[in-house]
Amino acid sequence: MRVVVEPSRYKIPLARPSIGVAGKTGSWRLERPIVDNNACTRCFLCEIHCPVNVIRVEPETGVSINYDYCKGCGLCADVCPVGAIKMVPEE
Amino acid sequence: MSKPALPYKARDVVLPGDAACPGCPIPIAWKVLSAVFGDKMILVIPASCSSVVVGMYPGNSLKASVIHVPFASAAAVASGVAEALEKRGVSDVQVIAWAGDGGTADIGMASLSGAAERNHNFIYIMYDNEAYMNTGIQRSSSTPRGAWTTTTPILGKGEEKKDVARIMIAHGVPYVATASIGYVHDFYSKLVRASKIKGFKFISLHAPCPVGWRFDPRYTVRVARLAVETGLWILYEYYDGRIHLSGPSRPLLDPSKRKPVEEYLKLQGRFKNVDEKMVKSIQEYVENNWEWVKRHM
Repeated sequence: MRVVVEPSRYKIPLARPSIGVAGKTGSWRLERPIVDNNACTRCFLCEIHCPVNVIRVEPETGVSINYDYCKGCGLCADVCPVGAIKMVPEE
Repeated sequence: MSKPALPYKARDVVLPGDAACPGCPIPIAWKVLSAVFGDKMILVIPASCSSVVVGMYPGNSLKASVIHVPFASAAAVASGVAEALEKRGVSDVQVIAWAGDGGTADIGMASLSGAAERNHNFIYIMYDNEAYMNTGIQRSSSTPRGAWTTTTPILGKGEEKKDVARIMIAHGVPYVATASIGYVHDFYSKLVRASKIKGFKFISLHAPCPVGWRFDPRYTVRVARLAVETGLWILYEYYDGRIHLSGPSRPLLDPSKRKPVEEYLKLQGRFKNVDEKMVKSIQEYVENNWEWVKRHM
């Protein structure tokens, strides 16, 4: 038997999943990753390794990065096997 | 053509904008976890960097259930949750105790040993960043010899690293593995194998910390791979009573294929003060570890 508690009936101090618990982390960034989609081979390594989960690789359109939350660590540029991602200083 | 699980299933659970430092290995490992289990996992997290990364109330950067527990009790709470799920007949949710090396090798050792002996059905993952990074880089028993920490500031740590995976093998649990953040596909396949085994599973995950190890955040994966390529961190699985070497470590059985440990040490600021003698003894430590692995294959 499973006991179901309706969240609306009780005020339980439960944290809910939400984007940006530390604010817009894009403001931490010192260097911005710039992608050359013509050189990209769609290997997905940058998407798998991105610690903030902001990189999306689509086979048709290539790599897109959500700059609102990208922390600019440069890990994607280091794991890219063809050097299609360059880190350029923020203005 | 079906889409590969690792990139596509890892998209939804780890939410952007968490409180991790740039280049942190912890969210990378969570993405691999979510590629295997989706949001059908209950993470039990003791005091560690991870409890900071998840974020403050009322937010939560993981789209999965998280229980924050006191430092010493991760394995004990996970045992209770696993037993409760079994009594209720819930079989599609995986309980994962997720603790750092301080919460495993030092403070959580007693409850970990108890849970392993009782053989509760959950996965214990120790992410090994080799010091108490959250409180300010203090030495733990998992810190390697020669490493600088704020409590071993001049000569570096003088004692050898505690090998928790070997301690768990001595407990006779069904599954023990070592994994590395530099080889996420290897970590993925180990999680898939562990999820099919009933009983206590232990995975020791090597996770380089850019802040505590004093290297540039972009080299997290490179440092993790160098630890494997130099033979300092050996990737293996233990089941059916013997050790099975994993793919990336298999060619390194031949000592001539291993890179010299200097390549790993010179990338990190924490090994800035090691001298020739120390490098030699670290190399000897590598050889001894491989001898032990060869004996148990």
